[in-house]
Amino acid sequence: MVKDNKLFSYRINNDALEIKMVGEIDHHSAVSVRADIDAMIFEQRPKRLILDLSEISFMDSSGLGLIMGRYSLVRELGGTLLLRSPTAAVTKILSLAGMERIIKIEKAFEEDDANEEN
Amino acid sequence: MKRTEMCGRVINSIKLTLPSYSVNEGIARGAVSAFCAQLDPTAAELGDIKCALSEAVTNCIVHAYRDTIGDIYISVDLLEGSVVRIKVKDRGCGIEDVKCARMPLYTTDRAGERSGMGFTVMESFTDSMRVSSSKGKGTTVTLYKKIEGR
Ligand SMILES: Nc1ncnc2c1ncn2[C@@H]1O[C@H](COP(=O)(O)OP(=O)(O)OP(=O)(O)O)[C@@H](O)[C@H]1O
Ligand SMILES: [Mg+2]
Repeated sequence: MVKDNKLFSYRINNDALEIKMVGEIDHHSAVSVRADIDAMIFEQRPKRLILDLSEISFMDSSGLGLIMGRYSLVRELGGTLLLRSPTAAVTKILSLAGMERIIKIEKAFEEDDANEEN
Repeated sequence: MKRTEMCGRVINSIKLTLPSYSVNEGIARGAVSAFCAQLDPTAAELGDIKCALSEAVTNCIVHAYRDTIGDIYISVDLLEGSVVRIKVKDRGCGIEDVKCARMPLYTTDRAGERSGMGFTVMESFTDSMRVSSSKGKGTTVTLYKKIEGR
C-alpha cells in the first residue's frame, strides 16, 4: 500500500477511492503527487475516483493537466472521476478551462445552501 | 485597461532572479504576493496575480529551459493608479509562433500532461498581457493588473 503523501490523504470506500488533496497544486507539486496517485489507481482499480479539492488554496494550469491526466487514466480502466468541493480560486480556473463540461464537479454544501436562498 | 494606466510613474518595485528549479514556482508566488500586499488586494485579485505569475514562471521552467537550468528574471512594478506590472523574462529557446502559442489548448508538450491553458489563464486573470519572443534568444511576458483593493 502506498503511504500517505504529504500533499494528500486517501480513503477507500467500497468501490470509491477518495483522495483529499492539500495545499497548492502547481507544476512542482503535480509532478511528485502524480506517481503516487497513479500507483493507487492501479492498485485499487476504483469504479469511482473522487478528488477532494476543498483544502486546495492554489491551483494553476498544471493542476488542470493533473486532473485531465487522472480522468483519462480512470476512464481507460472503466471508472469515473468526480471533483469534490473546489474552493473559489480553483473553481475559477476549472470554469475557464470548461472542465465542468467534461468532469462531474460536486460543489460544497455551503454553496448549495446559499444558492437555494437566492 | 486604458493605455495611460499602463505607463504610469513607478512608485515601488522589486526584482528577483531565480534559477529554473521547480521549487522556485512557489517561492516566486510568495515574493510577488508579499510585494502586492501593499495595495491591500482582495483575495480574488491576489489569487489571479499568483496564478498568472505561476503560469509565466512554469513556462520558463518546462519550455524555455526544458533540458537545462537557466535564470528567470522577474520584475514587479507598482505603477501610479494601483496598477501592478509583472515582467517574467527568460533567455531560453524562444517561441516560434507567439500568436499560435497564445491560443487556448495549444501545447507543444502533450507527453508532460500540459493542458495548453497557461497563456489563456494569464490573459484572463490580468487586464493586459504582452508576449515578445525571439527564437533561440528568449521570451518576455508582461502582465498588467489594476488592483481595486478591499
Ligand atoms: N517561456 C517560454 N519559452 C518557450 N516556449 C514557451 C514559453 N512559454 C510558452 N511557450 C510555448 O507556448 C506553448 C503554450 O504555452 P501555455 O502556457 O499556454 O501552455 P503549456 O505550457 O503548453 O500548458 P499549461 O500551461 O496548460 O501547462 C507551450 O506549449 C510552449 O510551446
Ligand atoms: Mg504553460
